[in-house]
Amino acid sequence: MAVSDALAVELHHESPSARAWRRLLRRKSAGFGLVVIVLFVLIAVFAPLLTPYDPAQQGWTSIRKPPSLLHWFGTDESGRDLFSRVIFGARASLLAGVVSISIALGLGVPIGLLAGYGGRWIDVLISRVTDAMLAIPFLILAIALAAFLGPSLQNAMIAIGLTATPIFVRLTRGQVMAVKVEDYVEAARAVGNPPVRIAFKHILPNILPALIVQATISIATAIIAEASLSFLGLGQQPPAPSWGSMLNTAQRFLTNAPWMAVWPGLAIFLVVLSFNILGDGLRDALDPKER
Amino acid sequence: MLLFLGKRLLQLIPTLFIVSLIIFGLQQLLPGDPALAMAGEERDPEVLEQIRRQYRLDQPLHVQYLYWVGGVLSGNLGESMRLKEPVLTLIAQKFPVTLQLALMAIVISLTIGVSAGVISAVKRNTTIDYAVNVVALWGISTPNFWLGIMLIFLFSVHLGWLPASGYVGPFEDFWLSLQTTILPAFVLGNSFAAVLMRHTRSAMLQAMSSDYVRTARAKGLSERVVVLKHAMRNALTPIVTLGALELGTLLSGAVLTEQVFSIPGFGKLIVDSVFNRDYAVVQGVTLVTATTYILLNLCADVAYVLINPRLRS
Amino acid sequence: MKRLGLAVAAAAVLLSGSATLAQTTLRVGLAEDPDVLDPTLARTYVGRIVFAAICDKLFDIDDKLNLVPQLAQSHETSEDGKTVTIKLRQGVKFHDGEAMDAEAVKASLERHMTMQGSFRKPELAAVDRVEVADAATVRLHLKNPFSPLIAQLADRAGMILSPKAAREAGDKFGLKPVCAGPFKFVERVQQDRIVVEKFPQYWNAANVHIDRVVFRPIVESTVRLANLKSGSLDLIERALATDLKEIKADPKLKLATQIEIGYQGLTLNLANGDAGKNGPFGKDARVRQALEAAIDRKALSDVVFSGEVLPGNQWVSPKSPYFQEQFPVPGRDVAKAKKLLADAGLATPVAVDFMIPNNPESRQVAEVIQAMAGEAGFDMKIRVTEFATSLKEAEQGRFQAFFIGWSGRVDPDGNSYIFHKCNAPQNNGHYCDKSVDQLLDDARKASKLADRKAIYGKIADKYLKDGSIIYLYHRLVIIAHSAKLEGYTQLPDGLVRVVGVKLKP
Repeated sequence: MAVSDALAVELHHESPSARAWRRLLRRKSAGFGLVVIVLFVLIAVFAPLLTPYDPAQQGWTSIRKPPSLLHWFGTDESGRDLFSRVIFGARASLLAGVVSISIALGLGVPIGLLAGYGGRWIDVLISRVTDAMLAIPFLILAIALAAFLGPSLQNAMIAIGLTATPIFVRLTRGQVMAVKVEDYVEAARAVGNPPVRIAFKHILPNILPALIVQATISIATAIIAEASLSFLGLGQQPPAPSWGSMLNTAQRFLTNAPWMAVWPGLAIFLVVLSFNILGDGLRDALDPKER
Repeated sequence: MLLFLGKRLLQLIPTLFIVSLIIFGLQQLLPGDPALAMAGEERDPEVLEQIRRQYRLDQPLHVQYLYWVGGVLSGNLGESMRLKEPVLTLIAQKFPVTLQLALMAIVISLTIGVSAGVISAVKRNTTIDYAVNVVALWGISTPNFWLGIMLIFLFSVHLGWLPASGYVGPFEDFWLSLQTTILPAFVLGNSFAAVLMRHTRSAMLQAMSSDYVRTARAKGLSERVVVLKHAMRNALTPIVTLGALELGTLLSGAVLTEQVFSIPGFGKLIVDSVFNRDYAVVQGVTLVTATTYILLNLCADVAYVLINPRLRS
Repeated sequence: MKRLGLAVAAAAVLLSGSATLAQTTLRVGLAEDPDVLDPTLARTYVGRIVFAAICDKLFDIDDKLNLVPQLAQSHETSEDGKTVTIKLRQGVKFHDGEAMDAEAVKASLERHMTMQGSFRKPELAAVDRVEVADAATVRLHLKNPFSPLIAQLADRAGMILSPKAAREAGDKFGLKPVCAGPFKFVERVQQDRIVVEKFPQYWNAANVHIDRVVFRPIVESTVRLANLKSGSLDLIERALATDLKEIKADPKLKLATQIEIGYQGLTLNLANGDAGKNGPFGKDARVRQALEAAIDRKALSDVVFSGEVLPGNQWVSPKSPYFQEQFPVPGRDVAKAKKLLADAGLATPVAVDFMIPNNPESRQVAEVIQAMAGEAGFDMKIRVTEFATSLKEAEQGRFQAFFIGWSGRVDPDGNSYIFHKCNAPQNNGHYCDKSVDQLLDDARKASKLADRKAIYGKIADKYLKDGSIIYLYHRLVIIAHSAKLEGYTQLPDGLVRVVGVKLKP
């Protein structure tokens, strides 16, 4: 049954990626997620054209003013226009989310495959180092890395990426261990396929759903991790905004200027929601067992 | 099974060795000088020199490492530079607090996360599914400190139902203990519940489209049995992995939540120690979290084998 | 049977309830967790707040910053300024029942002066030896005249420990401090609470109306205030200036404020390492003057602190008797700043590596300064640096401007000497002027306020033009407390003094 499934995939006249796209776009919610993400990416790219004010321009006579016609989202603690800052903040926050998780996936998945499918000793070595890395608190790792590289958004992304890597190693390895005893893998091996081919062709597609779900969630976590790092002075450097640093600033004024927390919070929520909906759609579209 | 357990326990040793190496290496990367960080405003060169000598900070790293390993092997984790208290005492004070909080958070997140995940998978692509998703994602995308402060304002300042912050141990006063920990545990559990819900949903969907579930359905078993007995069992693998991972993270990483609620736990101890460059504490605490973490992973692996007996061979 | 048990339990609860009613507990919210509670080894500001409850000092200050006797009764300085004779209050007991006498004072001072890792050593560096004249008199022999000595003895260096406890506990004394203050140490759970209880044999016990004080570190200022509002705390320290309006509007709360004895300012790197020597401020004093002229201290106070800090331009606040009125706080003058930069021959924008410690308030101050300086031709590149790292960077000269404050000392010497003198430990900008050095030493020798003020005036005349620190403002010490607390007064040092305070039920 499973073998015939795999065969059927190969025999199908449509390429798997084209089919995945078709399936993805067929779903309304996934389409919504995609649209919102594309929209935010466009906002980030064209930020200077969209903002009514310079995001760093302070207005000392209009400190912490609630939303008005002049300032749609209100102003912050130094009288800067929040609408402009939220738009410019999209740059730092999207980058922080996407780049860091790309780093984590790029490193974590191959290492995880190697551990799960390589050999006994490779597995032991990788597992021990992964365990050790996971066991060390995020903050210690992040401060040390950022201090070593120097505080900047770029280095914050590297630090987040590296600390997120072991999770992907571990998840990949766990999934591989569960999948590799399945019939179709056994069958592929029996036919005499080389291990690398089996790993990428038969195992990877089957563990992809779990990875995608984790990746979309990790992007959300990474956006919030950027907030924690800028809380420690290791993220985006002032006065350039990121949603995370805006939220941190807003914390001091939660009672007397609540709108300062609302907008960046809402932006994070929308992006996170969209990535997850998209992740769902992708998961379904990529599932080889489903037509 | 016993052999498997024994082997895994032996693996603890090399992992902890690697952890200790990484920690000592990172310490070297960390900028700032422990003596200077400790002195703060009161930095006088002569006093700083004395502190460096006293805590062997003037010795090369490998010598410091050997002293530390020697201490650990004889059951001495050293002394906090900042507080002059043995690291072991500090750990004994903080660990139960964090453990209580972490366990409560895990229970909360399992309850919310798994049930929401199953519901959303069964009711896939319906309004219920979307609603559950949005609520769960609101949980992930709300920073803990924000939610924490909001809850304090709601429950303590406005309603006056719960104490605003602080901590009371469960053996001092069980009821009060529950009152002081329920909000932070909810904040911690809430964000993880969303992660769990997403994974449960995904794994359930995968399981429900699999052959054995189809077979079970074909056998005419009721949907309830199919979902809860057959699909759930297979969806458990990622849940168990993540649960163990998360518990480990909670033991060391509940920093912001502990700070907001002024809970004297591990997270705050670690952060304060890193910021004050109180290395003996950082090393000792990391050693304990690492050990706990690895033991939890071991449990997860045992669970794998129990859930999926084919791995036993 | 079960019902009976319940009834007994209920009665017990009632009894203990009435017992706690009779007891008054003051719950204090601290902004940080104090470090070790050993006066010799302690170094944090927040630690001094706890010491104020448990460890009395030889001297204390009053609301006008005059030095008044506490464990001492009086003091007398010899003609040549090299011998200080201190008469002690008699019949004072330590918490362990030992007598607070001249021997104890000698032992404590010697501990401060010689113990390994003692942070009091530099503060008492002028003391050569301590002599017991009789049971109630000690004589301090100084290496040279040192007028700030009594002020030092009004801080941790003047705290007297029980010699027996200090001998037995050694460097573990801080785990269970035994002093002669109004409250006795009971217990401490790190990062959670410090509990002290009334000491019945305290020399001024009649004025202590609180039975227990519980100090709880709560880092988040918003949460600290929430605890006060919900009644979980009775008093909080370091409330935010931006929350003042809200606190004033709450009828259940009261405020106690004072201008701090410390300051906040910009340390400029004149000659420390390459960043200093090759940087803009090392080249020409006019660049420093340009930056100062570009900054609007009043606007800075208004924007960041809702106007609730006091702009200043000297190491003591405009309220201090040592403030030099001939150098008033200057206003902003962008044209002058531009001209000074042009005269100095620097091409604009002048890039400055601007290091700031990582906290939300410094960030905002830095952003505002960046904007102000930008209009005059400076390009201040903000580099947020975690506190422990920033100290190291400052010491090694890896900065060009550094936003940093000083919690302040009662005597102006404490705000000046270690910052202004060549190669002094806190002189991170490496300012060095031999004539200023001479004046600093002269100020230590002179004993009359008018004489010292005149000497400091000469220092200010030089330092305010070419020194490495641009003083910006003095914060407000903001204590907020429940309206049930009566008789609370705030002194400029920011400490919480509980003697004389009453807590209504």
